[in-house]
Amino acid sequence: MNVLLDHLPEFREGFIGTVLLTLSSGLLAMVLGVIVAGFRVSPVPPLRFLGAAWVTLFRNTPLTLLFLIAWFVVPVIFWPGLSPWTKAILALGFYTSAFVCEAVRSGISTVPLGQAEAARSIGMTFIQTLRLIVLPQATRTVIAPLSSIFIALTKNSAIAGAFSVAELFGVQKLLSDKGFAIVPIFLFVAIAYLIITFTISGLFRLLERRMGVAR
Amino acid sequence: MSSSVLYDAPGPKARVRNIIYTVLGSALVLGLVVFSVYRLNEKGVLEPEVWNIFNNAGVRANIRDGVLSTLKVFALAGVLSLVLGLLLAVARLSDHKWISWVATGFIELFRAVPLLITIYALWVLFLSYKDDLGVIGENASFWALVIGLTVYNACVQAEVLRAGVNAVPRGQVEAAYALGLRKTQVMTMLLLPQAVRSMLPTIISQLVVTLKDTSLGYIVTYAELLFAARTMANNIIVNGENPITAVVIVVAAIYIAMCLLLSSLATWIEKRGRRAKTGITVAHAGGTGGAPEDVPGDVGMPMDGPPDVSK
Amino acid sequence: MKLRKSAAVAATIAALALTATACGGDSGTAGDKPKGGSGGKDQPKLPTYTVATDVKVDSPTLKKAQKAGKIVFGAKNDQPYLGFEDTDGKRSGFDIEIAKMVAADLGFKPSQIEFKTVDSGVRETTISKGDVDLYVGTYTINDERKKQVGFSGPYFLAGADLLVRKGEKDIKGPETVKGKKVCSIVGSTPLQEIKKSKYGAETVELAKYSECVQQLLNNEVDAVTTDDAILQGYAAQRPEKLEVVGKPFTEEPYGVGMKKDDKALRDAVSDALENHQKNGNYKKAYDATLGLSGSKPQDPPALERY
Repeated sequence: MNVLLDHLPEFREGFIGTVLLTLSSGLLAMVLGVIVAGFRVSPVPPLRFLGAAWVTLFRNTPLTLLFLIAWFVVPVIFWPGLSPWTKAILALGFYTSAFVCEAVRSGISTVPLGQAEAARSIGMTFIQTLRLIVLPQATRTVIAPLSSIFIALTKNSAIAGAFSVAELFGVQKLLSDKGFAIVPIFLFVAIAYLIITFTISGLFRLLERRMGVAR
Repeated sequence: MSSSVLYDAPGPKARVRNIIYTVLGSALVLGLVVFSVYRLNEKGVLEPEVWNIFNNAGVRANIRDGVLSTLKVFALAGVLSLVLGLLLAVARLSDHKWISWVATGFIELFRAVPLLITIYALWVLFLSYKDDLGVIGENASFWALVIGLTVYNACVQAEVLRAGVNAVPRGQVEAAYALGLRKTQVMTMLLLPQAVRSMLPTIISQLVVTLKDTSLGYIVTYAELLFAARTMANNIIVNGENPITAVVIVVAAIYIAMCLLLSSLATWIEKRGRRAKTGITVAHAGGTGGAPEDVPGDVGMPMDGPPDVSK
Repeated sequence: MKLRKSAAVAATIAALALTATACGGDSGTAGDKPKGGSGGKDQPKLPTYTVATDVKVDSPTLKKAQKAGKIVFGAKNDQPYLGFEDTDGKRSGFDIEIAKMVAADLGFKPSQIEFKTVDSGVRETTISKGDVDLYVGTYTINDERKKQVGFSGPYFLAGADLLVRKGEKDIKGPETVKGKKVCSIVGSTPLQEIKKSKYGAETVELAKYSECVQQLLNNEVDAVTTDDAILQGYAAQRPEKLEVVGKPFTEEPYGVGMKKDDKALRDAVSDALENHQKNGNYKKAYDATLGLSGSKPQDPPALERY
């Protein structure tokens, strides 16, 4: 127990770090994911190709490798001078966006055909159909997979600890480097993760109940 | 792919617009590619010397060993996770309350803790009891990685299978009981085969995740592909620079190739499965007709209800 | 259809990769040999160590190693002139020589030494749990660590310093890093030091020093801090790009790490170090490794036995 009490500031910082990292990269992943999902079903072939390439690239690359790219390739090729936070958010957000995209895409496919047909027949464009008719309905089916994607994201953020971002796993490493017994630290860190992941799944379950209108 | 429910067959105006978008989109993609290549060239990444390192016998041996150790862990963890996943799924569906509770607790716990932490904890545990564990103690980092991956992925696979079992129409089970089959028989002869078949794409995309997650071995000093790549990227110097970009490109290509091979296996199996009309067809995405990505992979989703076993 | 195509592409890449690795040519160059590390005519040669026979030390670790016929050393693999591994898997450096000296006196031939790459973050774990028998890897002796592991040594005295890009104007020492970005590895002592308000640096923490150096070269950070001996090695790899400031601000005595309560082994390793300091091997090994990096020669430090 002493380890926890003596290092409360570190634990708090790590906890907040993990939460913030999850939130901000989750937001990025949502935005990118929905856009890329739109690309994947769009009428314009190069956009479809772009979407497919995006998903293939980011889904099949280990996250650690993406972190290495964000740290050592992106600054050389694109923008130098990003902060460790930005790099972590980019890596996590891009990686997760591929999964969000696929969730949204399979959500789109569960919307009854008639809906899209009706939308088209009253003259809606592709973007209108997607934005006003299909996506709002897809949301319902997408919530369950999204919840697990966000939980995965929370856990994946542990990898950022090795890349200069203060988060929970980093706390564990820091303290065990300082020479504290590893088991209690583990326990506290695991509990902290459980708190975050259970909160997420709880929130999503709530959301699901709210949105779960009878079809 | 010729037509989608989401948009009409384009008329003249739309066709013009689509062409404009096509041109713009292609220009964007091309521009990005050209810019990257330009920058890479400017930074000396495209110099022949940099790529020549991959002709070096040592570098090749390192990459080969890395791939082999990655595949070794993956093969073992993949098989074990499927076996354990099957057991966990059956346990969670068990009628005996306490078995079901234990399985649920196990699954919930290991799904919630980051894999990185599980692996690290197992490693420390194995090292602590090194002498009593025989084979496992000898090779603690390898087994920590294998068991960690197994436990985590088994939990996910168990949930996937459970969703598959739940998706089998009730009537079939009732019919089976009416025929006089016992509980075990219903599970092994009726529910599991159908669950496995209907969930194959998801199961395989989880295997892809398993393959990628072998890269977490760096935390326990296991020298898999990414570990080897990092060492090489840091220790080799060509033209006064570390060839990090080149190594990253090559290693990413290898990972993507391995994962794509695995997912195309999924597509192939799924197609075979669909040919047989007796199975439950999986809801598959419209749009671009992609298949293995049907169900978003990472952690299998907590599909508490039956998935959309459609129409 | 698209998928079949992608599968084909994947298969092609995989096949290419496999054939490429399988028929491995020697034609390529991997410039990872520290300059003049071996072979040069005027270069100081590495000493050879006489292997002791019939070593009897009442140490559980050693007895197990003798039974297994090999001794496992933990080491770093990315520190030129200290603990470095080239693409052929050959290790070199001062730490590696120290390991060979100690192993020789404990009765192990070079072929019986197994090196294992252990990064800073997991040193205590691997040592205290017996994953490695001994550890040589720029391992600073300090009281916090002594609670977990045992140390023989020190065999070298280093001090935290700063590595900067050649021609750096602003950073002249630890007092001038205020507001600058300084990189080091997670939890390292120099990092804790430079974070203090006295110096006030902004810090970036990565897993490996070599990754910090890369960040420095990419202009992503302004300085790298760790022990001068390590930094000298990196500077010597790229003399035209990097330099060491040369104002050490901490003391880092390097020791050989081992299990905490193994006093017999601790003494045996100390004896081995003392023996080689006296017979001149220490100096020879230093000249042939660290000395080449431009690190200042120093007298072997007095051993601290406990």
